Amino acid sequence: MTTYCEAILEAHHWLMRERPEVFCIGQGLWSPWYVGNSMRDLEKEFGEARVIDTPVSEAATTGAALGAALGGYRPIVVHPRVDFAVLAMDVVVNQAANWNSMFGGGVPVPLTVRAIINRGGEQGAQHSQALHAWYAHVPGLRVVMPSTPVDARDLLIASVLCDDPVVYIDDRWLYEAEAELPPVAPVDLRAIRPRVLRQGTDLTLVGTGHAAAMCQEAADLLEDVSCEVIDVPVINPMVDADWNVLRESRTRTRRMLVVDGTWSSCGWAATVVAAMGGGQTLTLPPAPAPTSGELENEFYQPIGAAAVAATAMEMCGA
Amino acid sequence: MSKPDAARLGALGDASECHEPVDLAGLTAAEAQAMLERMMLIRAVEERIGEAVEAGEVQCPCHLAIGQEAVAVGVARHVQEGDRVFGGHRSHGHFLALGAPVESLFAEVLGKDTGCSRGMGGSMHLRDMGHKFWGSVPIVGATIPIAVGTALAAQMDDSEAIAVSFFGDGATEEGVFHEAMNLAAVKRLPVVFVCENNLFSSHLHVSLRQPADSTCRFAEAHCMPWRRVDGNDVVIMASAMNEAAGHARTGEGPFYLEAVTYRWRGHVGPREDLDVGVKRKDDLAQWKRRDPIARLAAGLGVEPDWAPVRASVAEAWRQAEAAPAPAPRAHLERVFS
Repeated sequence: MTTYCEAILEAHHWLMRERPEVFCIGQGLWSPWYVGNSMRDLEKEFGEARVIDTPVSEAATTGAALGAALGGYRPIVVHPRVDFAVLAMDVVVNQAANWNSMFGGGVPVPLTVRAIINRGGEQGAQHSQALHAWYAHVPGLRVVMPSTPVDARDLLIASVLCDDPVVYIDDRWLYEAEAELPPVAPVDLRAIRPRVLRQGTDLTLVGTGHAAAMCQEAADLLEDVSCEVIDVPVINPMVDADWNVLRESRTRTRRMLVVDGTWSSCGWAATVVAAMGGGQTLTLPPAPAPTSGELENEFYQPIGAAAVAATAMEMCGA
Repeated sequence: MSKPDAARLGALGDASECHEPVDLAGLTAAEAQAMLERMMLIRAVEERIGEAVEAGEVQCPCHLAIGQEAVAVGVARHVQEGDRVFGGHRSHGHFLALGAPVESLFAEVLGKDTGCSRGMGGSMHLRDMGHKFWGSVPIVGATIPIAVGTALAAQMDDSEAIAVSFFGDGATEEGVFHEAMNLAAVKRLPVVFVCENNLFSSHLHVSLRQPADSTCRFAEAHCMPWRRVDGNDVVIMASAMNEAAGHARTGEGPFYLEAVTYRWRGHVGPREDLDVGVKRKDDLAQWKRRDPIARLAAGLGVEPDWAPVRASVAEAWRQAEAAPAPAPRAHLERVFS
């Protein structure tokens, strides 16, 4: 069995081994914590010229990664917390996302920005955020949220091999999740559609990243409600073929609950409900994350498996 | 000679100085003539764009660099195959100095499909990879770290290519400028930073924005060699670029050039008197005596012949005007590669 965290490390090994134009750059890549172990010892195996630890400069580092991407490389720029990736927002939103379009097309921008949702443990407001909706708002960015070890590995590989800028967001709450991993077979990121993780008849649960895992757990908890669970690993762009998977399910079950591990305002859950013409959502309350353990438990309660299960039962009148 | 003060422009910042003819300093007349013609082309192109803006023929915001032509042309003289040059909102001159076609610039500001950015960029988003111009964007300072990244790529390639990053004095007030300088210095990346210090960011004089008027102090802070030069003397400009590029190309790391210059027009658009006050009007008259074109012509002992330049510019404009607009929905097909 391989954990989600080990799967990410495996993806790095595969990419660095198979593709000489891949390199990693970011803060903490030589630190003993190795980005939650997801990049352990990479610099020892592949050298510090390809696994580059950097000054405390998110904007310049991300900008440099973009420049290197224009120069023929496939960099993975790592932000061990998405909260810090905010400091590089110009590079991602104004530059990387627009680069191909605003110059009339024709030059690939194979940049992968890996940012991690890393929260809980009383870390507080600036070490807890899930900001995927910010990125998913922007045309030109592909936004990837793996919920399983297989996707954590295969979609990181797909992101790096993609010729467009990709924001790949993994979640530390999933790092211990385990699965059997088949041998690597590269997939085209553009071909990734929402996945029906479990078939059911009473209600459709939809999530991305950690929220998809919570939907699965909730479905396990529910004996009297038959849940269909759909994981959406790529939340931008979402095209007709993606919406059709969700629509078909909702037409069958007649009920849809969208779970998103962040705030609701202008968020992904609202986008799904709008596209489907209905459904309920579970998101975080509109407040910064508290530190106090008790408040923290209360804060995250709405996006936990128990809350998902309870809401599902309510919706089904069970 | 003692080292100049990294924080003060001194005589270079004084409009009443540096009016003398350019010293060719060993350059052949033909070489100097070629640079003169390139500067005249840039001037004539920008004047034509200015007229078009005034006449309402061009809608996109155009930031003219009239008066600053020597910086672009001097730097371009030492840009080689494989190098990667980046600019900002005021980059027509950078683009043309590298030899990119006038017609593709005109077509771009007119929003035509034959524009260098296929009508997706306008004046502020120019690119011509074939002429080593990798991109200009209007977010101030934004291309500085990107240029540094292309230098990182060149270093990883083990090539002799360098990155050239053009920006203005205003960009040195952006945080990312300092981050990028530090990153380039600590990784010894082959990049030449070219600060066009024209004393103004938009309408605001440097004295109202910074505690000292020279940006070379930032190079000192990042342990980087630097030179401050008369950016209106194309020979001195080229010579400084030769030194800077040689330094970067031979693995010695980044180099910082501050080119002291002045823009004759307002921040945006063709007017000389918009968004600037009376004081600038007096200064401008002085600065016009530092005209890089007139000074080089005087150094060469020639009278600039504008007629053929203007004729070729007029022809390029006609071609651009006749070019087709982008196809409908083209913007929807370029979101991804």
